[in-house]
Amino acid sequence: MIVIVEVLSRFAIPVFILFILGYGFYKKVAVYEVFLEGAREGFTTVIRILPYLVAMLVAIGVFRNSGAMELLFRFIAPLTNLLGIPAELLPLAFMRPLSGSASIGMLAELLKIHGPDSYLGRTASTMIGSTETTLYTASIYLGSVGIRDTRYILIAGLLSDLIGFLSSIVICTLIFGR
Amino acid sequence: MIHLVNIIWLILLAGGFLAAFLTGEVEQTTQAAFDSASYAVELGLGLIGIYTLWLGLMRVAEKAGLIKAFSKKIAPVLRLLFPEIPASSQAMGAMSMNIIANVLGLGNAATPLGLNAMKELQKLNHNRKSPSDAICLFSVINTSSIQLIPATVIALRNAAGSANATEITGTTLAATFCATVTGITAVLILRRLNRWRGKQ
Repeated sequence: MIVIVEVLSRFAIPVFILFILGYGFYKKVAVYEVFLEGAREGFTTVIRILPYLVAMLVAIGVFRNSGAMELLFRFIAPLTNLLGIPAELLPLAFMRPLSGSASIGMLAELLKIHGPDSYLGRTASTMIGSTETTLYTASIYLGSVGIRDTRYILIAGLLSDLIGFLSSIVICTLIFGR
Repeated sequence: MIHLVNIIWLILLAGGFLAAFLTGEVEQTTQAAFDSASYAVELGLGLIGIYTLWLGLMRVAEKAGLIKAFSKKIAPVLRLLFPEIPASSQAMGAMSMNIIANVLGLGNAATPLGLNAMKELQKLNHNRKSPSDAICLFSVINTSSIQLIPATVIALRNAAGSANATEITGTTLAATFCATVTGITAVLILRRLNRWRGKQ
């Protein structure tokens, strides 16, 4: 199984690119010129999302480095212990909607400390695999078209993350045992 | 009305600086603010290359008629979720490309394709300041993971010396399913609720 996944993740992107270009050439598309036409939009898209990137990453950086996160977890740990949620997974669950690179870093650390095949390692892996960086994604998606009003997008997205985390804990407990 | 994102942003920043006074990490926190701002721009510069590449390739796929062919394949599902978007529109094609990239786990392709779809959806949006129903649903689908194989996590587990790095694929799919269904259901319920509130 691991071989299949490795081959897939190594070849998916080159095959995808080759397929698009090959098929385009077969359909007599001027591939190079048409590529450039579309590529022009890459720059403007990133310039449009840059302020949103700065706003989000500064807020996350301040919250993490100030010790605010540890204070928060000390505060809510009794409650989550009562619910049977492992305290070690709280920082991961909290960071996941905010930052992809930070939460992946946390997962790597958890895997190193507790081992990838432990209950915590498996559950943390499932949590990261089954959720996305909600706040970051939503702000970039909406920012790219100049919308600031988030309506109910964040509530729905964060609710989906919460259910992702809770179901990861339940499913891993059922499948792998605690 | 103040939107939730303002409150979250304020809590992160104000909470962070207030906590810095308590923990005494004032300088470190100030430095983190400046470092993060520079990092965001660095990240953005890196993204320009990737976005340029994928948006260029997408134009080729579009001209070759590939996008139309792909979107026909997943049209039944998308039409169910987005009945207000015309089946043969650019927006529908762009959304299906983003969803295909997401499902296949083509992480760095999914976002530029998603932003491309947002642009098309915004063209169909009558009120340009506020997200349409379709924009809300499409954003929430993208804020929940819909990939079939969690390749990044498997690679991390493998690197950490797991005896069976892929054993979390099934549990991840099950949890992804729960999360995505929750997101979509929440959108549909909140949409109704908002409309009902608007009528009163």
